[in-house]
Amino acid sequence: MLELPALGWQSIVIFVVFALSLLIATYCTYAERVIAAFLQDRVGPDRAGPYGLLQPLADAVKMFTKEEFFPGGANKALFVFGPCLAMITALMSSAVIPFGNNMSFGNNAFFLQGIEVNIGMLWIFGVVSLGVYGVMIGGWASNNKFSLLGAVRAASQNISYELAMGMALIAVLMISGTLSLREITLQQSVAGEWHTWNIVKQPLGFIIFLVCAFAETNRTPFDLPECETELVGGYHTEYSSMKLGLYLFSEYVNIFVVSAVMSVLYFGGFNFPFQYEMRDWLVSNHDWTLASAQNLITILGTVGLFLKIFAFIFFFMWVRWTLPRFRYDQLMRLGWTILIPLAVFNILLTGGLILFGVIQ
Amino acid sequence: MQLTNRAKKLEKKPMTLAERAYLPAIFQGLSITMRHFFMKKATVRYPEEVRPFSPIFRGLHVLKRDEQGRERCTACGLCAVACPAEAITMVAGERKKGEEGLYREEKYAISYEINMLRCIFCGLCEEACPKAAVYLQADKMAPPRFERDEFIYGKDRLVEPVSPDERSVRGIQLTPEQADTLRGKLQQA
Repeated sequence: MLELPALGWQSIVIFVVFALSLLIATYCTYAERVIAAFLQDRVGPDRAGPYGLLQPLADAVKMFTKEEFFPGGANKALFVFGPCLAMITALMSSAVIPFGNNMSFGNNAFFLQGIEVNIGMLWIFGVVSLGVYGVMIGGWASNNKFSLLGAVRAASQNISYELAMGMALIAVLMISGTLSLREITLQQSVAGEWHTWNIVKQPLGFIIFLVCAFAETNRTPFDLPECETELVGGYHTEYSSMKLGLYLFSEYVNIFVVSAVMSVLYFGGFNFPFQYEMRDWLVSNHDWTLASAQNLITILGTVGLFLKIFAFIFFFMWVRWTLPRFRYDQLMRLGWTILIPLAVFNILLTGGLILFGVIQ
Repeated sequence: MQLTNRAKKLEKKPMTLAERAYLPAIFQGLSITMRHFFMKKATVRYPEEVRPFSPIFRGLHVLKRDEQGRERCTACGLCAVACPAEAITMVAGERKKGEEGLYREEKYAISYEINMLRCIFCGLCEEACPKAAVYLQADKMAPPRFERDEFIYGKDRLVEPVSPDERSVRGIQLTPEQADTLRGKLQQA
């Protein structure tokens, strides 16, 4: 007999994390349109609901009611599996992101994190790199040579930027000495200081990571996989209705996840300045118990983390409506001849600084 | 071979380090778009907010009534003659006994049609009309339609509604009884 896992606090957290990722990604589509409109002196969607807030719902209804189309001779199972895989990998990587410190109610204590594993960083990298298969399978199953070529181009872009991204991360891991995202976050907070965030120790690494994040999520100026439908022959040329919707939607989930990873790795995650001083002040001056003060700090930290994430998401969209896209050869040259050597240099630099005790 | 002396010699300077690094240009671009984020929007929220028309705007036609609610048009045909696009057609008829409340003169237009696909909104009909019956409204455009025949505007859509209270989208063609009640209302006022 199949045994269902007990529904404890942690399962509720997992559910909330899952729902939040979806909800935020949904409203990213709305935010994208509003921000695009504002940057172009327009108003943006404002018909559906107050300020157009029901626009994602309207989009979903449209996507679901459009015609399902299968190209002749396509492998139907794989054709459906492609977008599913893109979505699954995007959502899975949000599981290990620590959205907050631990909360405790009486004897119940739980982490505000889907699953706490000490290989968090590896997990994200492994899962995100699987996302390439969604693109490849989609392009291959379309039974369209141009789609296949587009998928190959998209895949080679993703892979070449993943290399530089991983190397940029190695420098962070050298400093922290752990793969657990929670550990990395907690190391970035020292009582009485706020400038222990990794961005101070790793400015070059952060810039490399940021550029690679843009390329990984196929955002402008690296949105060649997406633009290839305009050039006839992107990997999702043959896709219609909700299957195309899943591809586009998984892009937004990816943006959310990457923004969260950047906030956690470089901007202190759920830490905020003077949190320990605030907790001690509450305990000593206002008769709070240590647990309730810690809970308050956790909630504030979670809010702070989401502010950081939203700032990054805004930045992603801001860049999208500012920069023109690269040509494919420029994109490859930037990845292989600039970013990867820079990342290697950053690793050497970090190693040297650690060796001479400048940072630890 | 030089054909003219207007040719300009192009000078290709090597890019400076800042230009080659690409990043200053990116930040410049970002600052420009960010400025636009806070700018006043150039858009008008159309159905709720209508852009002001120019004072010389000529829009949708209207066939006026006089102060007693009778149609002013006597179907003289001068507007149709004046129309350069030949958009106006009409059929004249004779007023019968008992219809004095409906039409001002003995002759009236049984049908009066303007083809909005042909009309160029020049306003010559308005100038030609001796009875001050046809006007081009300054605040109303001919609305878009899906079918071609919907652009032929008959009297039902051209004649001015009797009063602001009884204004309707399609306009009103009065029956004799309605004309009587209206006259009664107007005498009271």
